[in-house]
Amino acid sequence: MVSRLPLDQRPSLVPAALRRSGDDRVVAGVCGGLGRHLGVDPMALRLALVVLTVANGLGLLLYLAAWALVPSGEASLEPTGDTSPGSTERTVGLGLLTLGALLLFARAGLLLPAGVVWAVALSATGLALVWARTDEASRTRGLLVRIAGGGILLVVGLGLLFASGGVLSTIGGLGLAVLATGVGVTLLLGPWIVRLWRDLDVERRERIRSEERSEMAAHLHDSVLQTLALIQRADAPGRARSLARRQERELRAWLFDERPPDGEGAASTIAAALERVVSDVEDRHDVEVDLVVVGDCPMEPRLDALVAALREAAFNAARHAGVDELSVYVEVEPERVTAYVRDRGAGFVLDAIEPGRVGVRESIIGRMSRHGGRAEVHTAPGEGTEVVLETGRTPSLEECP
Amino acid sequence: MSAPRVFLVDDHQMFRAGVRAELGDAVEVVGEAGDVESAVQGIRASDPEVVLLDVHLPGGGGKAVLETIKSERPDLVFLALSVSDAAEDVIAVIRAGARGYVTKTISSADLAGAIVRVRDGDAVFSPRLAGFVLDAFSGAPPTEVSDPQLDQLSPREREVMRLIARGYTYKEIARRLSLSVKTVETHVSAVLRKLQLSSRHELTRWATDRRLI
Repeated sequence: MVSRLPLDQRPSLVPAALRRSGDDRVVAGVCGGLGRHLGVDPMALRLALVVLTVANGLGLLLYLAAWALVPSGEASLEPTGDTSPGSTERTVGLGLLTLGALLLFARAGLLLPAGVVWAVALSATGLALVWARTDEASRTRGLLVRIAGGGILLVVGLGLLFASGGVLSTIGGLGLAVLATGVGVTLLLGPWIVRLWRDLDVERRERIRSEERSEMAAHLHDSVLQTLALIQRADAPGRARSLARRQERELRAWLFDERPPDGEGAASTIAAALERVVSDVEDRHDVEVDLVVVGDCPMEPRLDALVAALREAAFNAARHAGVDELSVYVEVEPERVTAYVRDRGAGFVLDAIEPGRVGVRESIIGRMSRHGGRAEVHTAPGEGTEVVLETGRTPSLEECP
Repeated sequence: MSAPRVFLVDDHQMFRAGVRAELGDAVEVVGEAGDVESAVQGIRASDPEVVLLDVHLPGGGGKAVLETIKSERPDLVFLALSVSDAAEDVIAVIRAGARGYVTKTISSADLAGAIVRVRDGDAVFSPRLAGFVLDAFSGAPPTEVSDPQLDQLSPREREVMRLIARGYTYKEIARRLSLSVKTVETHVSAVLRKLQLSSRHELTRWATDRRLI
């Protein structure tokens, strides 16, 4: 029995890609992700960051930069042992933690004056408020309130920081205000815009993928699944075969051709029209039609007549020839179209057709000659039948090589 | 003559089993494989006369098998078969050296006949492949760097291709054109050679453009 660890817990020689952790996180998963990447306990990194932050604010800057620049990793689907605290709790927790640490350090007389500590704590809380939400799914709800609140905290914090700072105070009141505002706005919005942009891109790609998948599912449902259901209900093997054949033809056209699958309305090209005729013949009679079309061209009235005559010839062959296979070959040349319908079946004596039967005489030969084409029927008893149809066509301009 | 030793390459196990059962005693199936890697190894190990090769295969398609094995065993004969009618795939396998192409809907008797025919050195064209060939060689030949011997079908070859596309067997074609069956076979082999060797750039372009028609 092989026990399967989640991917990120397996010992690995290769460091994991640097991603913010979706599971192991206090604010944005920077330390969790970095810890996994470096193979270090994230808690140690967190402590180091807090110390750095307290010492001179560098930790905070580093954290913010990493947050903005490192892409977020996927949260694993299964919940990990410890449920991560909610966003608000997390924010407050972090704020308190920072605050406590700062106060502690200040009390011990280390490093920083109290004013700076407060200013940094306020700024950090403001930033956390603004940025913590941007990772959540419900991005818009309450966003403005949070940004406004966080922004005010940040501006006040920065203001205090700058006001109490030694070197900075020499810049003067107005410059200080401008600088503070500029830094505040950049800090607030810059990373947020960067991340928004990246999220948009990811979302767009996912949407395209899911649209494709649902289109595929819809098509298969309407076609293949329906046919499979019909086949299961079909009693006669011949019926099942013709259903399978028709479905195969349709699916193949959908997969490999840019042509829309045959549906309502007139076919726009002769190849599409022929495919429709052939699947119709196969559908109504238990025959297999081997259709080969060389070239293609838009339909026109003369070709409508040819396709109709071909249809009649194919139906005749399917009905009377007594074979389960016929061949249809159509060649489109610049100035004419030639079609052959052939079977190896019973054949007949052409002159012996009684005048009452209009099929061959009217629907094939008559129709072709009325439209300026010609039709020949080659047949003899036992020799099979071949119907040859030919008509002119108007070459379109863009076809000329 | 003895039954041809055949190796089956198709990624659908059901189809291989079906072909094995249908061909029965007509051929001796010496091995089968479902992807490029195992096909190459299996063919090396079992030494067949004819490889029945699916055009679509995981790991590079039938073309990859052909290209790997053909240099080691130039005498080995390949017959391509597929359900896909995508012209560019079929033409690619033929140009890589297959001696013919049949569709999977072919009857068992016809398939057995086709296997014997390629084993004996002939080319096997299904109506569909004949249609592809006529389509590819239609229009004017390219002007420069053109080798008319290779880039154009002779009127007779065109006639034979048309008859194959119309569903005629070699025997029926021979009777209709008052030729011997051997001559018909010679014409078909010549067309196969042109298909494989022609530098006619339209052939490649046509095959890729085919979807857009």
